[in-house]
Amino acid sequence: MDSASSDRPVPGQHLAPTVARSVKILVVGAFGVGKTTLIGAVSEIDPLRTEERITTASVGIDPGQPNKDTTTVAMDFGRITVTEDIALYLFGTPGQRRFWDLWSGLADGAVGALVMIDTRHLEDSFEVLDQLELRTRIPFAVVVNQFPDSPDYPLERVRAALDLLPETPIVECDARDRQSAVLTLITLVEHAMTFPVFQKVNA
Amino acid sequence: MDTEEYRDHPVRSYVLTSGRAHPSRNTLRPETLVRAVESRPVLSTAGRLERELVQLCQGTLALAEVAAYLALPVSLVAVMVSDLVDAGNLTIRSNHQAHVLPGKDILEKILDGLRKL
Repeated sequence: MDSASSDRPVPGQHLAPTVARSVKILVVGAFGVGKTTLIGAVSEIDPLRTEERITTASVGIDPGQPNKDTTTVAMDFGRITVTEDIALYLFGTPGQRRFWDLWSGLADGAVGALVMIDTRHLEDSFEVLDQLELRTRIPFAVVVNQFPDSPDYPLERVRAALDLLPETPIVECDARDRQSAVLTLITLVEHAMTFPVFQKVNA
Repeated sequence: MDTEEYRDHPVRSYVLTSGRAHPSRNTLRPETLVRAVESRPVLSTAGRLERELVQLCQGTLALAEVAAYLALPVSLVAVMVSDLVDAGNLTIRSNHQAHVLPGKDILEKILDGLRKL
């Protein structure tokens, strides 16, 4: 909604003292697909940002040459206190290769991932889906973010174009709308509960 | 000129952590919850950032939140948090195993919570 945005985040929005555990869902997708919009629509705090930088050049060999190749990978995130003792964190991340190189551990222990798609730029999501399937084994649901000028493709056509498995959920959403965004999360968690790991013994 | 080179952020990060890139424990994740131990005063040898970090954690926050508020990378804050846990100034609130997926009971609670939003 019309939350006040300031230059620096105001610290101190602590979790309730009853919260004793945290879980996370990744929100992945190409640049501009609406990850931070969706996170902002459901988060109880204004979305926060943290950045990691990697220097890929040969540091120290020729200090006179300013040809370092520094890459920044940003992560926008928000949180929802879903029960009095559980906080759900939503980590919004670009899903390209260099991101996974840097954040290899981020998917560990995640409930799953929402893969956000813009049907105007469907090809941008191929690498994201490839990397997600290659680097992780977490359940995911595909979210088609509806923009005013999005072409009106039936979901089954998008499913076919993305070569999704029949069991992978695909839903439309308006990332600006809180209820719409919440529904995508519900879809993902319901899907996660059917994931093979839970068909086995609950150790 | 050359002085620009020395402001390079990654290098500064390693100075802050005495040259270490990895925390003394590997169970810290961006969503790991941490909180200050109130009865434990910060050592006089602690730096400004350590004090600021402990001050921030007077209530429970996730590691990623601490990093965002301090405008530092999560990887760096993980090293600082790890040291402060070792020193007894911080405690880790969420103690589940980082590599284990949340159990079905947890997923059901999340689902219930989301449906009430």
